[in-house]
Amino acid sequence: MDRRSFLLGASAALTLPAFGAHAQAAQITGAGATFPNPIYQKWAEAARGATGIQVNYQSVGSGAGINQIRNRTVDFGATDAPLNAEQLATGNLLQFPTVMGSLVAIVNIPGIAEDQLKLTGPLLADIYLGKITRWNDPQIVALNPGLTLPSLAIAPAYRADGSGTTFVWVSYLSAVSPEFKEKVGVGTSVRFPAGTGARGNEGVAGTVRNVRGAIGYVENAYAITNKLVTTQIRNKAGNFVKPEHKSFMAAASAADWSVPGFAANVIDQAGADSWPIVAPTFILLPTNPTDAARSANVRRFFDWCFTNGSKLAEELEYIPLPESVHNAVRGAWRQSFGA
Amino acid sequence: MLILLGALIIELFIAGLPAFRAFGVAFVTSTDWDPVREAFGAGVSIYGTIVTAVLAILLAVPLAFGVAFFLTELAPPWARRPLGTAIELLAAVPSIIYGMWGFFVIAPAFAQNIQPWIIENIGELPLIGFLFQGAPFGTGLFTAAFILAIMILPFIAATMRDVFDQVPPVFKESAYGLGATKWEVMKGVVLPYTRISVVGGIMLGLGRALGETMAVTFVIGNANRISTSLFGPGNTIASLVALEFGESEIGSLKLASLLALGFILFLLSFVVLATSRYLLRSRLKV
Repeated sequence: MDRRSFLLGASAALTLPAFGAHAQAAQITGAGATFPNPIYQKWAEAARGATGIQVNYQSVGSGAGINQIRNRTVDFGATDAPLNAEQLATGNLLQFPTVMGSLVAIVNIPGIAEDQLKLTGPLLADIYLGKITRWNDPQIVALNPGLTLPSLAIAPAYRADGSGTTFVWVSYLSAVSPEFKEKVGVGTSVRFPAGTGARGNEGVAGTVRNVRGAIGYVENAYAITNKLVTTQIRNKAGNFVKPEHKSFMAAASAADWSVPGFAANVIDQAGADSWPIVAPTFILLPTNPTDAARSANVRRFFDWCFTNGSKLAEELEYIPLPESVHNAVRGAWRQSFGA
Repeated sequence: MLILLGALIIELFIAGLPAFRAFGVAFVTSTDWDPVREAFGAGVSIYGTIVTAVLAILLAVPLAFGVAFFLTELAPPWARRPLGTAIELLAAVPSIIYGMWGFFVIAPAFAQNIQPWIIENIGELPLIGFLFQGAPFGTGLFTAAFILAIMILPFIAATMRDVFDQVPPVFKESAYGLGATKWEVMKGVVLPYTRISVVGGIMLGLGRALGETMAVTFVIGNANRISTSLFGPGNTIASLVALEFGESEIGSLKLASLLALGFILFLLSFVVLATSRYLLRSRLKV
């Protein structure tokens, strides 16, 4: 046997089974939110072997995801900002949460280390409204008796691109400050009266790193991997909590999920240990699918994620949903699609 | 090609029509951009686009002229070709690279070293002081203009060098024969001879500065407010459209407003080009 045909035969033997498996894999496509993209990719990779479903997820942004699922160009859409019951009804969409994330405030103040600075929601709102402009403002000093705060201008940084992160952040500020709600409001992009905008989590983090006196908001996973200086925030119960696993889980279990479209209000939850700024991210699934088999595969995929994916989510600094919510979502599937 | 261009303008106008209908002429002048209340106005981004582009031209043209003058008249012949190629290579750097460089290198340098000094020393002066006030973020209109100037420099310099080279040697030699210095030859012979092409090169640069998106987005500060200070954050049309496009729903007023912005940018580029042509023509007659 000459060497060439041996090599050809060997390579064919190697590629054929792989090709066969590839052809059998059921493909589903999704598009939308960028925030859960890392965990969806991780889940897709892990579920492929176990379920034979190949998920192709494009993180194009929540707004674009909603547009694509309305036009039915993908099998499922993903969004950070939940749609209301009316929007779901007109679009023939079922909405369910998959995983939660948390936001943290990051600061750059000389001499202030990780989780040292204590802030409250109304203070953060006033900072982003441009009403509190120096770090040695009496209100901040009163909260932090042990720290020496410099006379440094506060430079708020925000997301310039429309994003679910901004949606969650301004939802929180609006929940704790009536003035913020009135002057700025809630949306994926809003008009901040003060500060500077940067593109993406990395842009906000970069601005905070560059500018002395800057404050910004990013997803917790991003703050951890980039070792950014986070702060404590006072929750609804009046306790100062650190952004850590315990306080995130406390917030997740405190929320009331029995609302239409699972659009639970998890912002600023009661509970002694709850981190105030957490948010679920959602999947939009058509209730009148053009291809029933693909729709069933979407549900099989997320069913697998609910059963097996919580540990992966925690590894990536996401907050898995409580088991009761997983079961409630499965119940909603049965209701909409039968068994 | 022209039909395609015309179709594009019409398409943009029709898509942006809901915004023009909703806000009227005030869309162009209004400085309000509030997605929550669905109030959209183009004033801030038009202002930012024009200020950064004009400032970039003001910074880039003298430098580009210096480079071209050096390359054609002063540099030793063996150095002209490699230096000229190096300048042209600058034009091949993708704009995202300029953006990242601006954000990670230039903005911190501005924020920590240059801006505090300027704000303290020039910001206090009467008349021009208001241009240099505010917090030293490092990003802002001036930084954006600075990055744009570097980006358009090679276009302008390369055009200038090429046209300076094409001046017939007879003209220059006769001027030298009359005892003119190199600067006098440049001013009295080369520049008048090449004026149209030089302005053409500048317009090429201005066109790129008006439409540049990625690099500007990184460093302009992206705030929908007009600040009188050059160090204040602002926005340009191209950057605003790029940032907001992904989060605007089909059929929404926001999407219509973004497309209307695109239409305005188109018009702006046309007006700039037409004005320059007109100015040039009247000067040639005199």
